[in-house]
Amino acid sequence: MNFNYTEEQLALQDTLRRFIAKDYAFEHRRALANSADGFDRAAWKTFADFGILALPFPEDFGGLNGNAVDTMLVMEMLGRGLALEPYVSSVVLCGGMIRDAGSQAQKEALLPAIAGGEMMLALAHHEAGGRYALDRVATTAAANGNGWQLDGAKAVVLGAPSADKFLVSARDGQGLSLFLVDAGAPGLTLRGYPTQDGARAADIKMAGVQVGPDALVGAAGDALASIERGIDYANAALCAEAVGIMSALNEITLEYLKTRKQFGQPIGKFQALQHRMADMVIATEQARSMATLAAVRADSADAAARSRAVAAAKAYVTQSARLVGQQAVQLHGGMGVVDELNVGHYFKRLTMIGLTFGDADYHLGKFSDTLLAA
Amino acid sequence: MDLNFTAEEQAFREEVRAFLSARLPAEISRKVLGGKRMEKNDFVAWQKILHQQGWGAVAWPTNYGGTGWNPVQQHIFEEECADAGAPMQLPFGLKMVAPVIMAFGNAAQQQRFLPRIIDGTDWWCQGYSEPGSGSDLASLSTRAHRVESADGDHYVVNGQKTWNTLGQYADWIFCLVRTSSEGRQQAGISFLLIDMKTPGITVRPIIMMDGEHEINEVWFEDVRVPTANLIGEENKGWTYAKFLLGHERTGIAGVGRSKRELQKLKELAKQESADGRPLIEDQRFRDRIAQVELELMALEITNLRVISAEGEKQRAPGPEASILKIKGSEIQQMLTELQMQALGHYALPYLPEALDADWKGDPMMPAYADDAASLSGHYFNYRKTSIYGGSNEIQKNIISQMILGL
Repeated sequence: MNFNYTEEQLALQDTLRRFIAKDYAFEHRRALANSADGFDRAAWKTFADFGILALPFPEDFGGLNGNAVDTMLVMEMLGRGLALEPYVSSVVLCGGMIRDAGSQAQKEALLPAIAGGEMMLALAHHEAGGRYALDRVATTAAANGNGWQLDGAKAVVLGAPSADKFLVSARDGQGLSLFLVDAGAPGLTLRGYPTQDGARAADIKMAGVQVGPDALVGAAGDALASIERGIDYANAALCAEAVGIMSALNEITLEYLKTRKQFGQPIGKFQALQHRMADMVIATEQARSMATLAAVRADSADAAARSRAVAAAKAYVTQSARLVGQQAVQLHGGMGVVDELNVGHYFKRLTMIGLTFGDADYHLGKFSDTLLAA
Repeated sequence: MDLNFTAEEQAFREEVRAFLSARLPAEISRKVLGGKRMEKNDFVAWQKILHQQGWGAVAWPTNYGGTGWNPVQQHIFEEECADAGAPMQLPFGLKMVAPVIMAFGNAAQQQRFLPRIIDGTDWWCQGYSEPGSGSDLASLSTRAHRVESADGDHYVVNGQKTWNTLGQYADWIFCLVRTSSEGRQQAGISFLLIDMKTPGITVRPIIMMDGEHEINEVWFEDVRVPTANLIGEENKGWTYAKFLLGHERTGIAGVGRSKRELQKLKELAKQESADGRPLIEDQRFRDRIAQVELELMALEITNLRVISAEGEKQRAPGPEASILKIKGSEIQQMLTELQMQALGHYALPYLPEALDADWKGDPMMPAYADDAASLSGHYFNYRKTSIYGGSNEIQKNIISQMILGL
């Protein structure tokens, strides 16, 4: 048993830390959030140079053969930097699903392009009314001579406005299947918008969208297991991102407690505030433990063990993130609720992480239900 | 990053398991697992068995007869002992006074006291808290003044100690006493070892909420203590006391015991029926079990992280042990609360006789009614865990000051 990163991992962490400090300062990030793309295409290119876009892919497809612990390390740093780039949706989630379920030809066509920063993907799966359940899909795929025709609507597709292709889930005669769809496919319309945390998403409608026979990812009717695995992988990454944000918020808040003076002394001298700060530190350390557990189990071949650990981690990290985020705002007083300070922006991202791919109640329930089987 | 135990660590776990299976007396583990009342000899007998195996003091260095195990091995040992239902090794001698004697005692004190701690001969208790000095321990007022006499120099001790755990069985007590009123209050405290048979010592029981006698008041009236029983230097006792508190927090997370109690909670929730269905099928109750399990999963890994860091740095845990103490005690309290709640109506009966090892049950009541005696009692008893060993609020002060620099 050991909890240490390797020399290579530490070097990557250091590279990302320096990049965030030097080239991803908060005011720069604010300008990006208000830009047309909503993120930094130059940073995306830098990520490709760092190798993090290639991290989770096999070497045969231009990847670095990294594992979920490598992803955890990257996500923690991206969290600290409050990075807006669609790393989770394009690389971790869609890239991971192509890696695990794609055909040789699909892997050859897509993974090197994702790794090189030339192509972005987004998962178009969740639908209005289905909430977080992964098997609630009404979108249909009708087989015809040329492949399939897709009809339906997808809700809040993360990273959609910048995506070159979508991974679309749809029901065909066999059950749930996954298809690759070009963003510009005729019949596909997209309503893009910023999210609360400054990222980008879109609602998508498909009316008679035709895809070819090579668009099917994995076996027909066999997509649910791939989606579950992909979402687990993404949730483990989100847990690590949240831990990075909580660490940053704790440092910022601690500094504020030491410098902000009221009643003639630093407010950190007041025990009521000290104990809140201690609670934030405890919550963050515990969350870090759970994010580590999720990362280590995310690569597990045992789907039940993987899902159980990720559900446990996502529930717990979300609860911790709520405490840390809310208290960081509270301890900053009036400054905590203004747009000018980074604290509110960290808090918003933490909150949105908690609502992405299942909230704390959903994951607690999922974990809780495993007690019935035990 | 690897959360799996190594092959050597797994082999070590198997060795501990085999030993426990062969040598832990069934009548003792039945009491532990069933929440029955423990007697002095249960603890002493188990300590002697461990000592015979060479495992009497897992955290001691080998030159004092300890195992010399690294923190991960100690953790595995504690986890297996908890799972098997071994009695807790009481900390007062092994984990509290012994490290102080090793670090600050003289050779004569080390030779005199340490072998009798590890072999289970001497039962130690703690004389720290006083009625007027709880969290503010340094304000203590039990006085010791030095007198010269023909039969050797002595301290004469007068005062009162409280919250003394299991002192009714003790052979020795280690005490913080005031030897000076000069300067800062911390600078006038000394660390004395006192024979409980010395004339002038009176032990009075304090009965806790669960009706049991676990703690005491200890009164000192002109108690003569040879100066040879002073640890280190006079008026330096606060330094030794702080050192001791650092050691007290090792193993404080109690992960092994809480894992066992979580399992017991799940079993109770499967046995107890609610409206004709097993209680575990009640989503509200099941979610509360799940929530405690999440806390415990996180604590287990946090504990392992602290242990791994200790092993690498070769040091006792620092202020991060306060995190383990706070979370560990909160989890223990949540578990006792849910175990009690799982019993429904049968959480109510107060049957102290059911805590006896030979209690056969009552034909008028279902078998699980026996559990109420221990489970509701434990709930009330375990409110102590967030109070003792430095209350959880004091632990947050430690985190604020020692980790955060506030």
